[in-house]
Amino acid sequence: MAADSLVLLAADLAGGRVRVVDLTHTLSPDFPPIVLPPECGQSWPFRQEEISRYDDRGSGWYWNNFSCGEHTGTHFDAPAHWISGRDLPNGTTDTVPVQNLIGPACVIDCSAESAADADFLLTVEFLERWEARHGRIPTRAWVLMRTDWSKRTDPVAYQNLDETGQHTPGPSSEAVRFLVQERDVMGFGTETIGTDAGQAIHLKPPHPCHYYMHGAGRYGLQCLTNLDQLPPTGAIIICPPLKMLKGSGSPLRVLALVPG
Amino acid sequence: MTAPFTRPKRKNPVLRTRLPLPPPGARSRAALGLSAAAAMGKFKLQVCEACRCVQYPPREACGSCLSPRLRWREQDGFGELLADTQVHLSQEPYFRERAPWRIGMVRLDAGPTVIVHLHSACGPAPCRVRVGARLDKAGQGVLIGFPVDEVANMADDRQLREMTCDPKFRKVLITDGKTAVGQALARTIIAAGADLVWVGQAEPWKRSAGLEALSALPQVAIVPLDLTDSSSVVEAAGSIGGRVDILINNAEVHRTYGISARNGTDAARLEMDVNYFGLLRLAQGFGPAMRGRAADGAAGATAWVNLLSIYALSNFPPHGTFSASKAAALSLSQALRAEMRGSGIRVINVFPGPIDDEWNQPLPPPKLAAEALAKSVVSALKDGVEDVYPGDVAQEWLARWEENPKVLERELTA
Amino acid sequence: MVAHDDVVVTAPVTVPYSRYSVRNAHWFCAQALAGLLQSSGLPKSEIDGLCVGSFTLAPDSAIGLTQHLGVTVRWLDYLPLGGACGVVALRRALRAVQSGDAEVVACIGADTNHVDSFRQTLESFSVFARDAVFPYGSGGPNASFAFLTAYYMRLYGATREDFGKICIAQRDNALAYPNALFKKPLSMREYLEGRVIADPIHLFDCVMPCAGAEGFLVMSRRRAENLGLPYARVRSTCERHNAFPEDPIQMRGGWVLDRDRLYGSAGIEPCDVDFVQTYDDYPVMSAMQIEDLGFCEKGAAPEFIRRHTFTTEGSFPINTCGGQLSVGQAGCAAGFLGLVESIRQLSGRNLARPVPNARFGLAVGYGMITYDRGLCSAAAILSRADA
Repeated sequence: MAADSLVLLAADLAGGRVRVVDLTHTLSPDFPPIVLPPECGQSWPFRQEEISRYDDRGSGWYWNNFSCGEHTGTHFDAPAHWISGRDLPNGTTDTVPVQNLIGPACVIDCSAESAADADFLLTVEFLERWEARHGRIPTRAWVLMRTDWSKRTDPVAYQNLDETGQHTPGPSSEAVRFLVQERDVMGFGTETIGTDAGQAIHLKPPHPCHYYMHGAGRYGLQCLTNLDQLPPTGAIIICPPLKMLKGSGSPLRVLALVPG
Repeated sequence: MTAPFTRPKRKNPVLRTRLPLPPPGARSRAALGLSAAAAMGKFKLQVCEACRCVQYPPREACGSCLSPRLRWREQDGFGELLADTQVHLSQEPYFRERAPWRIGMVRLDAGPTVIVHLHSACGPAPCRVRVGARLDKAGQGVLIGFPVDEVANMADDRQLREMTCDPKFRKVLITDGKTAVGQALARTIIAAGADLVWVGQAEPWKRSAGLEALSALPQVAIVPLDLTDSSSVVEAAGSIGGRVDILINNAEVHRTYGISARNGTDAARLEMDVNYFGLLRLAQGFGPAMRGRAADGAAGATAWVNLLSIYALSNFPPHGTFSASKAAALSLSQALRAEMRGSGIRVINVFPGPIDDEWNQPLPPPKLAAEALAKSVVSALKDGVEDVYPGDVAQEWLARWEENPKVLERELTA
Repeated sequence: MVAHDDVVVTAPVTVPYSRYSVRNAHWFCAQALAGLLQSSGLPKSEIDGLCVGSFTLAPDSAIGLTQHLGVTVRWLDYLPLGGACGVVALRRALRAVQSGDAEVVACIGADTNHVDSFRQTLESFSVFARDAVFPYGSGGPNASFAFLTAYYMRLYGATREDFGKICIAQRDNALAYPNALFKKPLSMREYLEGRVIADPIHLFDCVMPCAGAEGFLVMSRRRAENLGLPYARVRSTCERHNAFPEDPIQMRGGWVLDRDRLYGSAGIEPCDVDFVQTYDDYPVMSAMQIEDLGFCEKGAAPEFIRRHTFTTEGSFPINTCGGQLSVGQAGCAAGFLGLVESIRQLSGRNLARPVPNARFGLAVGYGMITYDRGLCSAAAILSRADA
């Protein structure tokens, strides 16, 4: 039976009946990193240094060194990233069970609300309305919050900083608890820098998505793109982080399989 | 008075850019003392400690009593111009291209007869002059005869301009426009007559009111430049590198940690990435084009300024990793100086004491205001000096360091 | 011991000059030595002393030359003293012959001149010049002599016409001398309108660097007579180095200190001198030598010049073959040029026009501008065999 479904999948992929959508931004030096106060430790932005390019450093080949923080570009948050998940088993990128890294996606379209209010918070009521239209969020699903934030190609608009910090949408504290406790989701994904809202430090608790999601051993995906190409339900995403020893997260390529 | 230097005509793009040829740069070891003093803006000659006889040309033993105890001492430079000439035809390509070139023979009141480059406002012989020392395009100390009294447009003398890096009508890149120092530099150098100032901006999503105000000035253009990003430096060099006449690298990261006050290497690494590797990336990106344009007309490429720190000389332990990154930058700047020397591009190192900014907030005064630092940089360009120690703290550290670096280390680590 | 008076100079030899040469200094030395052997009829084995002045032999010096030329000598000297090396070589060789250290000394001044080799010679000429002159643009002695000339003109009222008169007379002398590189007459107008080099120095105040060699033999009178060689006698010589260091600018040379002894040893007065081969790297130096060697008071040369004529037939013949200004300056050979011409004039071997009834000649050496002035001053009084 399982073998049959893979054969079918292969045929559907080859026949274009299942499309593959790339939910990943290009890793580039210009991609905005997370901004913390300067006295805090800083995540390295993505940097690329040529090793050789068919030249005197290596006449026949081209390659680069690159460097970046674990939480750079489109990236994965492991449970150990947050203090609430620090003692959980399998909480780092090298130990995360690989079957958790492929699963169904529910896409919650908040793009209109986010365009109207950069500080928009996704609420339980909003989720319940979504479920009323698209059905209950299944167990072990990835919930992806579509805000169209990835369409902000100007880094100033993407970061959206002012003197009170960042203004980007995210889930409310109650919504995260609902997803973790009532729906048993596998993880939460956003188009912004952070699974939490820009002003989430003022929520209770601060950064609730990080706090509850990782405290329950669940995962985060950030800086996603192309969520507008996914159906509300029916897509499957594939999101394995690099297998780095005791990694708290990792840049990764996120793919979605989409019917049709 | 000296004829004022007027805006050079636009370059004819069809003609080949003149290659830089340095004047004769070979010197004996003894003569390098003159260069070392000139690099700090001083005119010094050897004086015999035994018989007080002033020596010139530089030598290994007193020409009078043969004592080897010759000390470099500052001179007032007053003397009598015995004879002057305009050299119209020289064996040296550098001077051939710049003929006629005026030189003079001066009997210093201190004793020796010296040959000098002669300022156009001097003379004719016989007359009183005042001799000073400058660095020439070979980076070596040379003597210049100045009129005793200041005259109008003194700095505009054609020959003197070969020894200095006057910003007048030049195009300047300031690598970081977000700091108060960067903004003060831009305003000061515009006031000094710079034609165009590119101001570097990293992390454009971080707003800076000062930079926005600066960008309203007609001479200012903002250019994306992040010294930690090789591709950003390459791109900036590719777009403006062929036009930069003066590069002022003021980008720096200053974190106020020693070793144990901060675990890990992230802060130190960031300091190194900007303060040291940033300089390396800039030098690789902008160095070649600037070298190639060092003789490009009367206002061609001329100087490279590094904002270092007095802590580069000796580590200030509370800012230990910052000090180390500036020491690394100092060392690298010496390599840059060597590579630039053949072209005549002057590498100027600025060693301020604590700047009055947020990272030095806990330190007691005196602290150097951004405007004062900017002024000292522009003065260094105009005077053509190589090492600048602006402010009281820097001057005091320098004096201590010159007297005994090991004692200074003890004082700082007490 | 051979008496001082019994040492003579003979076999004057010139290897013709050229502006540039692809040959090196060794070639010019070899040609000069060959010329000395041919002129004297001596075999190479009879040359037992060698004295060489050259700037362009490097990395060789006189010793390398012995092997290169295949000579075995028991006395050897190397004198890269530029404009003074001829007279100084004569003095050294004379003492060697006098003391019996050598019997026949070949004295050679030779330098080559490749394109750019003059500039390279200047660059490495002296530590002081490298440190304190070349960085100022003169790239050679022109500017230093512009200072001296300007100062001299201001102090003593000399005019460019005064200097021009000397240059023009020398050119006239040169027209009869086959080895001169300048073969056209020079008019005062051409002189005055010559391209400015470093004012007040113009083109015709400057010598032209070139390649060439000069040489002569020093031996006892008896030896010369046995060989049947015409010779000139060496009556008196002097040399002085770094004279008057306290003078702020050079307005006199070391001759002032030595001239009384110079004439005294020769037993003559300046008025007995029939011609002078001044060291004429710049005409201002000829003026100074006229003063310092006692032909007029200090500062009176301009008036002296106006009063005299300087061709071979003139009232005061100088540089009878044209001098460096018209023959060319072949490095250290320039220090030999006046001596070799004097030997020719006094031994009846003229190539240039003879000075009528010349009995005594004065050849002057000067040079080595290591900083702001020429450090060496030297002179030799030669006479006809019968004088």
